[in-house]
Amino acid sequence: MDTDQLIRSLAADNAHRAPRVGAVLTMALLVAAPLSILVFATFLGVRPDVMSAMRNPFFDMKFAVTLSLAIPAIIVSLHLSRPEALLHGWGWLLLLPVGLLAVAIGGEMMMAPAMPMTMRMMGKNSRVCLVAIPAMSLPLLAGALFGLRHGAPSRPALAGALAGLVSAGLAATLYASHCTDDSPLFVATWYTIATALVTAIGAAIGSRVLRY
Amino acid sequence: MRGREDEWTGLMRSAMAGDDAAYHRLLKAVTPVLRAAARRGLARAGQPPDQAEDIVQEILLAVHLKRHTWDSEAPFAPWLFAIARNKLIDALRRRGRRIFVNIDDFAETLPGEAPQETASAGEVAAQLDTLPQRQRDVLQSIAVEAASIKDTAAKFSMSEGAVRVALHRGLAALTAKLRDH
Repeated sequence: MDTDQLIRSLAADNAHRAPRVGAVLTMALLVAAPLSILVFATFLGVRPDVMSAMRNPFFDMKFAVTLSLAIPAIIVSLHLSRPEALLHGWGWLLLLPVGLLAVAIGGEMMMAPAMPMTMRMMGKNSRVCLVAIPAMSLPLLAGALFGLRHGAPSRPALAGALAGLVSAGLAATLYASHCTDDSPLFVATWYTIATALVTAIGAAIGSRVLRY
Repeated sequence: MRGREDEWTGLMRSAMAGDDAAYHRLLKAVTPVLRAAARRGLARAGQPPDQAEDIVQEILLAVHLKRHTWDSEAPFAPWLFAIARNKLIDALRRRGRRIFVNIDDFAETLPGEAPQETASAGEVAAQLDTLPQRQRDVLQSIAVEAASIKDTAAKFSMSEGAVRVALHRGLAALTAKLRDH
């Protein structure tokens, strides 16, 4: 087929309209979310003392941190789904949860500690955290990768890593309502390790499936 | 240069608004620029320039299938050159070379460079043969025989909608095969 013939067939297909990447990503995440919620409801569930926990600012802070990861990651991943887009200033958005955590850790330091620092950091749920966040991430990661496949990222591994951040941020939001460890030191340690794991998986898969 | 790129942006806006003729003109207009850049990229990688047409066709397919990622408020050329650069790097890598592709390869067409006429491109044609019968028939009819969607539908006793679906699926399948082979 010569190029003129190919162009003729492309022009004939001009009526075909694809949805925007944001719409496909949103749909894919909405389809995947029930699976993650099912894992959550089956194996974890909301902590029993949630009503009193909500009066603890460090409990609430966990959601601020996880959502400040997930939402900017969605925004940046959509930006990068355009072929000419560069990360440039957009990367700063991803430091939002880091900043929040630093403020929270500082805040906790200034209060009279109920437990020694190492105990707050190690917590009681580190192992559950390391399994639960990646496990709940996987359906969301699949959804995020599916959605971003609709785009045209110039750096597939980076886009895959962002899919990992999106899914880990959302999964960690669910997990935060289960976990009784509220110290920002615990969050900064174990949530971060779990997120890094999911991000690495996302980058590895993304480098293969997000090429266009 | 500026005028040419503004014209492309205008054509692409019309194309996205449903003007098939504008889309056809746009693709015809960008092809010589893509071809020159592909030949330069191949030459710099020490590859024979006769593969340029395969790369041009891959770029055109990607442009077509990813045009929903173009922001109609943004100029068209940077978006086009980003896709072209990506596909050129991919193609050179598949041929075993890593090479730095300069974005300026696309932005500047040297005036002395005679636009090469359409050369043979083997890859799309080869992958075409691996498509399901129906998609191949529809693509052949519309691309090679220059039949309209309506005439193609009549020829194969299909609805026009079915022809459109087969055409789009065929183009998407071609792109996937070229990327993964």
